[in-house]
Amino acid sequence: MRAAVLLSVCGLGLLAQTAFAEVPEAPQGARVQALVHMVRQDCGSCHGMRLTGGLGPPLTREALAGFPVESLAATIYHGRPGTPMPPWSAMLNEAEARWIAQQLLQGFPEEKTTPRIP
Amino acid sequence: MKRRQLLASAAVALPSFAALGLLPGCAATVLRGTGDLGVVIGRANGTLYLVDTTAETVIGEVPGLGDLSHASVVFSRDGLFAYVFGRDGGLTQVNLLERRITRRVMQAGNSIGGAISADGSLVASQNYTPGGVKVFDAHTLELVADVPAEYAPGKLSKVVGLVDLPGRRFAYSLFDADAIWVIDCTNPARVGVQKFEGIGKQPYDALVTPDGRHYIAGLFGEDGLAMIDLWAEKPKAQRILNGYGRGQEALPVYKMPHLRGWAVAGRRAYLPAIGRHEVLVVDTDTWKEVGRIPVAGQPVFVMARPDGRQVWVNFSVPDYHRVQVIDTQTQSIVKTLEPGKAVLHMEFTPRGESVWISSRDDNRVSIIDTQTLAVRKQLQVPSPSGIFFTSRAARLGF
Repeated sequence: MRAAVLLSVCGLGLLAQTAFAEVPEAPQGARVQALVHMVRQDCGSCHGMRLTGGLGPPLTREALAGFPVESLAATIYHGRPGTPMPPWSAMLNEAEARWIAQQLLQGFPEEKTTPRIP
Repeated sequence: MKRRQLLASAAVALPSFAALGLLPGCAATVLRGTGDLGVVIGRANGTLYLVDTTAETVIGEVPGLGDLSHASVVFSRDGLFAYVFGRDGGLTQVNLLERRITRRVMQAGNSIGGAISADGSLVASQNYTPGGVKVFDAHTLELVADVPAEYAPGKLSKVVGLVDLPGRRFAYSLFDADAIWVIDCTNPARVGVQKFEGIGKQPYDALVTPDGRHYIAGLFGEDGLAMIDLWAEKPKAQRILNGYGRGQEALPVYKMPHLRGWAVAGRRAYLPAIGRHEVLVVDTDTWKEVGRIPVAGQPVFVMARPDGRQVWVNFSVPDYHRVQVIDTQTQSIVKTLEPGKAVLHMEFTPRGESVWISSRDDNRVSIIDTQTLAVRKQLQVPSPSGIFFTSRAARLGF
């Protein structure tokens, strides 16, 4: 009986841990800057630094109007087979993909520091 | 007093002297050529940085070129003018000695690059929006021909892989239409179009071999490349390196490789694989694979030193802090360099004794001795991407 209780407590603990791992928090601080840089610069190689499109479609707020955030997040995380859009899962987690999708829908932020040599 | 007047009149006369090839701001007696000049794209601030590859310095900057987040450059035959094709469809003619914009047109909504005809008279741009090629008078930038890439009624394809061919001709690929078109602009009022269809899925970029004979398009949607022998009596598209991935699952491609700036060394061509961290080696007589070289990431540029002794490779994110050097005699990597964060481009000096490498995130251009592989010098340039030297003016397909 006691063993069973213990087991179930352990089980709950595991469950809680798993749930936590599956829903990581939205990015904070320096990671936000890194993600903004990544989207502007690296996603920008196909979508344009100003996200106005290139080989990939434009990702401006106007162009994305009406797209559900979940489908955008899934496209970022898993890619789109049959197109050049790769899965970015090796470089970010699902919460970060969702955060990027949300930002794109609102109009993606500019980088804080535009490079400028004095 | 007399002397002051003389100086004043010299200053007034300077603009016209500048047009003759005198450097503004310098002693009015200094004449110079442009054969050792070039440009570096400042991608974040729309500025062109002018460089001198002999002095190894930045000699000036020309701002106001719009969105240069993907920009490429060709040069007039005399090496005086750079033609800059910007992402936002801007086509800008820059006088390298006067260090100023001489002409600029907005010719499309979204552009990817361009080419100049062998006789220097025509400049062609390849556009994504609206999909097609536009041809301009190289002196005036007046539009002389518009060739929409209309592959089905009302449907325009993005255009990639534009190259110049001998005789006022250009070749390019249609990403959305699995086609290659060759246009003849001998008479720009009546452009001849030759279409090759069903060449393979999603051509993403292309190159022409240095003799102008073979046009090769990389395919994103298939394991292989499409090639046309333009010297054949009846040119047709054929497949080369078919199935180089051998059915293995492709790795993610975070940035498309670029094929322009061919890597043909001796009788071998070196090509980036798609979705594999390999450089493919192909015999240019038989067009069969003769080797593959494992490299540090998804190759983006695979470029031969002008003498063909070395091939330099850079990579897509997340491996883009590295550059690898292949010795073409042993087909092996002789050095892995780390010249800075986010390497975007490489350019050899005309004879190849040095290579200039841009590192976007370190705001740096590194000048590397290709013999010793040591860094000769580093220049500070904000967010540098493409590097283009005037020696391209004399090379077909650059």
